[in-house]
Amino acid sequence: MRLDLNGAKVDIAAPPMKRLLDVLREQCALTGTKEGCGEGECGACTVLVDGRPVNSCLVPFAQVKGCKVVTIEGLDSRLKEVFAREGGAQCGFCTPGMIVAAAALRKGGDVRAGLAGNLCRCTGYTAIFRALNP
Amino acid sequence: MPAVGRNVLRKEALAKVTGAAKYIDDFSFPGMLWARTIRTTIACGRITDVAISAPGCVIVTHADIPGDNVIACIEHDQPCLVETDVRHAAEPVLLLAADDRAKLAAATVTIAYAPAAPLFDARRSNTLFKKIDIVKGDVAAALARAHRIIEGTYTTGHQEHVYLETNGVIAVPEEGGITVYGSIQCPFYVHKALKVLLGSDKVRVVQVETGGGFGGKEEYPSMIAGHAALLALKAKRPVKLVYDRVEDMLATTKRHPSVVRHRTGVAKDGRLLAMDIDVLMDGGAYATLSPVVLSRGVLHATGPYRCDNIRIVGRAVMTNTPPNGAFRGFGAPQTQFAAEVHMERIAEALAMDSVRLREINVLRSGDTTATGQKLGSDCSARKVLRDAVKRTNYAKKRAARKPIGLALFFHGSGFTGGGEVRLASKASLELTPRGARILVASTEIGQGTRTMHAQIVADTLGVPFDAVDVADPDTSRVPDSGPTVASRTCMIVGRILQRCAREMKRKLGRLSRREYLKRHGPLVITKEYERPSGMTWDDATYRGDAYEAFGWACDVVELDFNPDTYEARPIRVTAVQDIGKAIHPILAAGQIEGGTAQGLGYALLEEVVMRDGRMANASLTNYIIPTSMDTPEIDAVIVESPYRHGPFGAKGVGEMPIDGVAPAVVNAIRHLGLDLRDIPATPERISECGLI
Repeated sequence: MRLDLNGAKVDIAAPPMKRLLDVLREQCALTGTKEGCGEGECGACTVLVDGRPVNSCLVPFAQVKGCKVVTIEGLDSRLKEVFAREGGAQCGFCTPGMIVAAAALRKGGDVRAGLAGNLCRCTGYTAIFRALNP
Repeated sequence: MPAVGRNVLRKEALAKVTGAAKYIDDFSFPGMLWARTIRTTIACGRITDVAISAPGCVIVTHADIPGDNVIACIEHDQPCLVETDVRHAAEPVLLLAADDRAKLAAATVTIAYAPAAPLFDARRSNTLFKKIDIVKGDVAAALARAHRIIEGTYTTGHQEHVYLETNGVIAVPEEGGITVYGSIQCPFYVHKALKVLLGSDKVRVVQVETGGGFGGKEEYPSMIAGHAALLALKAKRPVKLVYDRVEDMLATTKRHPSVVRHRTGVAKDGRLLAMDIDVLMDGGAYATLSPVVLSRGVLHATGPYRCDNIRIVGRAVMTNTPPNGAFRGFGAPQTQFAAEVHMERIAEALAMDSVRLREINVLRSGDTTATGQKLGSDCSARKVLRDAVKRTNYAKKRAARKPIGLALFFHGSGFTGGGEVRLASKASLELTPRGARILVASTEIGQGTRTMHAQIVADTLGVPFDAVDVADPDTSRVPDSGPTVASRTCMIVGRILQRCAREMKRKLGRLSRREYLKRHGPLVITKEYERPSGMTWDDATYRGDAYEAFGWACDVVELDFNPDTYEARPIRVTAVQDIGKAIHPILAAGQIEGGTAQGLGYALLEEVVMRDGRMANASLTNYIIPTSMDTPEIDAVIVESPYRHGPFGAKGVGEMPIDGVAPAVVNAIRHLGLDLRDIPATPERISECGLI
């Protein structure tokens, strides 16, 4: 199945109902995308599909056929540096999903609402808000 | 430029923000198998039969254990795999491993039981894990002459850690022994437990990047590491065992539920004359760390107040739920919740302003605690109280009947009493051509261990921050610096490293590092913990210096309360916290902000529902932790009253922030006239409480 993964056209053979998360981690060696709950609650597995953030643990691989998929590894964003500087990453496990979700925030949109699908247990979100509202 | 006090880039920041940091589930080994744990479905009874159908799987039962079938902790009471007697639901019985996860999923294991009546109510338990008595002065006599006696009972529930990364390890047979890589807080705890379980010294434990711990990866990893190691030894292949969220919630430790009863004699002017406190903690099915959780609990049970007559009786008891264990705060959040809500009730009974009541009784330098510990010049309890009240315009908002409340609290840094002496922690520093390499078992689990230690060493040695490396915590390469717990990693281990750096500097003299290495060869300095002179502690009587130093803090919580739905939502938290010295201000504030948010969850949202001794809401859909929408602005204010033996004056910071949030929340709700004494303060619980 053909898709655009982090800016490159790729062909991946995987069962259609396999979770996108597992395809990325196990077949594409893109382990920056994490599994925190496996039921779409924590957002650690957030990736962009055609520019929109999705929980890759809930997306069957067949659904991204022909789509543009971007993971933390392919995300070109100044947010990475700002998160690092402002203390937005503590244990770091939610961080890739959080940064991907933050990159999809609309300009002027509500940051709190935009990140409500991404749980962080370390920071109390304070440093993350600081990183996003310099 | 000095590194201490500056926000240098944390050592692994770039790896974490780019997704390059490798956590345990990101590793794979050639020939690696996956694993599954078969667990009990009843809370109490005996196993009468086990029927296994597991084609293509390696099977491990208790009969395969080469050493002792125990998870060595304080006691040796918990089996690694159940033989016959079942003490709780989700207790491990047998283990499977296979090269294909479909084979694991297809395997069926049927366990037949002879059930017995389980005990879930800690108040009815007669099985003690630990009892502690603290006595100061004469409580009975002081109660007899008190103007008023105020009594109350306060309860708290379980709390689940919800580190974003679940527990996981990979066990690899190597060189006639076993190496376990994992998401762990305390590599040497796992090391010690594996040696007992496997009856072998050929054990190596390596921590890899760890996605949060909060105490939840203090003692539990000994269990999961033991399981993976047994499978790997039998299969003679690497075995990965990573829990999914449901299993992690069902099987691993939680914060101890508590029932704390206070009976306090007060003088007419508000002075505390006598404090009679009874602390009960529900330990769950095995002792794990309950004796020491209870210890920290009772040592903080008075709150930061002076009183000449104190009696504290603490008990940790057994019930038939999965064992409770270490969780940030370690007993102190429970007992200080009770103490601070009780202080509010004393003020209500005396019709006195509750800040005034605290001002009258707050501990000051030179005062003694319940154990007779004389407080040093860094005691800043009154300062943090005054700062918090002023900063939040507290009096005005209180007078306007707004739902605003506060809590004043403290937290001892490091192990209790003689604990640090017994640990005898070691740290090493190795000279490198560029600077130095830190060799400690202290783990980076999000709090900034690597960075903060490197800052302390860099400034002491007089080299740039970037010239200090930190070795991975690998039991074959680093000395045992003790566990990464108890708010000890900066103050205790940091100080040992500082002593190493001082000696290294002396040894170098005028030689450059390269010249020294050329002339004298490798240089590794190792130092051991030394207790500051003058400290005493008696475990038998619980008298003396319970902790080297205390942090002091005051939280103010402002709520939005809906009188129709009984929903309390935090709108601002102000956390004024004295930590001695912020080695790295952003990291230190991060501990306060994160601990505060975790405390808000504990206070308002997080409810473990136990049904027949099994967590009924074991998923992130049904166990609710604060999201970005639930977490208000947190104003973390760092106060620096230096501890003279702390590195650069630093005291502990990791745990204290979770101690005061819940009582501040409940005191804000009480200010609306609702007689709330229990958490979590869910709308259901608030709607059921009486009026003051």
